[in-house]
Amino acid sequence: MKVAIDAEKCQGHGRCFALAPALFDSDDLGQGVVIGDGTVPEDQHDAARLAQQNCPEYAISITE
Amino acid sequence: MPEHPPVKDFATDFDHTDPVWVKNPYPIWDDLREHCPVAHSDRYGGAWLPTRHSDVSAIAHDTDHFTSRTVVVGPGRPGEDALPAPIGVAPPITSDPPFHAHARRLMQPVFAPKQVDLLEPFVRELCAKLLDPFKGKDAIDASVDYAEHIPVAVIAKMLGFPEQDGDLFRHFVHEILESVDLPVEERMDRFQPIADYFIARIEEHQAEPKDDLTSFLLEAELAGEPLAPEHIFGTMVLLIVAGIDTTWSAIGSSIWHLAQHPEEVARLKANPELLPTAIEEFLRAYAPVTMARLVKEDFDYEGCPMKKDDWILLSFPAANRDPEFFEDADKVIIDREVNRHAAFGLGIHRCLGSNLARMEMRVALEEWLARVDTFSLADPDAVTWSQGQVRGPRLLPLSLG
Repeated sequence: MKVAIDAEKCQGHGRCFALAPALFDSDDLGQGVVIGDGTVPEDQHDAARLAQQNCPEYAISITE
Repeated sequence: MPEHPPVKDFATDFDHTDPVWVKNPYPIWDDLREHCPVAHSDRYGGAWLPTRHSDVSAIAHDTDHFTSRTVVVGPGRPGEDALPAPIGVAPPITSDPPFHAHARRLMQPVFAPKQVDLLEPFVRELCAKLLDPFKGKDAIDASVDYAEHIPVAVIAKMLGFPEQDGDLFRHFVHEILESVDLPVEERMDRFQPIADYFIARIEEHQAEPKDDLTSFLLEAELAGEPLAPEHIFGTMVLLIVAGIDTTWSAIGSSIWHLAQHPEEVARLKANPELLPTAIEEFLRAYAPVTMARLVKEDFDYEGCPMKKDDWILLSFPAANRDPEFFEDADKVIIDREVNRHAAFGLGIHRCLGSNLARMEMRVALEEWLARVDTFSLADPDAVTWSQGQVRGPRLLPLSLG
């Protein structure tokens, strides 16, 4: 599983790095960024889905 | 405040200042969503009210057809002269693309999560100081004695205003917030002492720069030029208009809810890690902020013949109660896991201070739950709600113990 953020859609709501801090961080502007290459370890699958389902801008995608 | 005749039919004559709406707007929105999802009113010179999440989202994202030139519905259609583009009176909230992106980018680092974290100890100490005198009391007002003070002190600290000016600053905040829907001239008269105060603080900072937001704005540059004085002043006003009664309302509404649900209080005290999830639900269910847009040019939106300079009352709170978008939209579920709410807006104008607001809410509620044993509404009918585009309890008398 991999996560990605569409930077065009992200408005910095901050839900992803609050809900899945192992997968997402914020940059100096407060925009969401993916940590590393976005690979999601097994124990973070639920967190990844939670982040995706809570993004108000539908900016997060998951590829299995 | 101008007199408004009572509303008989919200689908054709809505008014967000009507006492029925102020008391409890949710049934009105539910009814409109079902029967007239984009309502119209001739009041305020002509206004539209979308109540479905899909329409609120579409309009919030459509900066081609809708301008943010002014975001507070005024007494009539706005004049071109009073609200200069592209900066607007309070950048970046009143700015449109492309200027908006520059003005916003400038401010974003100030409100980024890592900067906001630095303010947390200040907020925690402040909340503790406000709650200490509650010990041994059996009646307090959670809005007047608690919620209101928190964002006021935070914004004053961020701007680097002297702590001993707290009462004066609170008075200015009330003057600004209570005058937002007055005619421009009257608002300007009320603004003069506030402007004088701000200018004096700006001059102090020019003479002696400090590590605060006022000095940051004075030193900031856009496209190699210092900010225009009206941009600096406008941003300071924005912090007050957008950063104070909003957060104060969100904290107040959360406490109002909890005061009626002791079982949820017990659950949150036993499981403090649930609080951030509960806060998102309070934000969804009691979203304080409704924004406004203006129609740029005549156009047809989904069969609605919109005219240039018609108002759009952009109700994020109504979107947050849309049953098409949220399961059990009318229920407050403090462990709601999937919560794509729009309390901080959608699109390019997402609340710049949302990280700060969330931190203030979390710390305010953590300290409240840790220090206030049991609390309930002293008299449900004694609770009063603000009128206008920011909704929250203004009088919230509670019984303690």
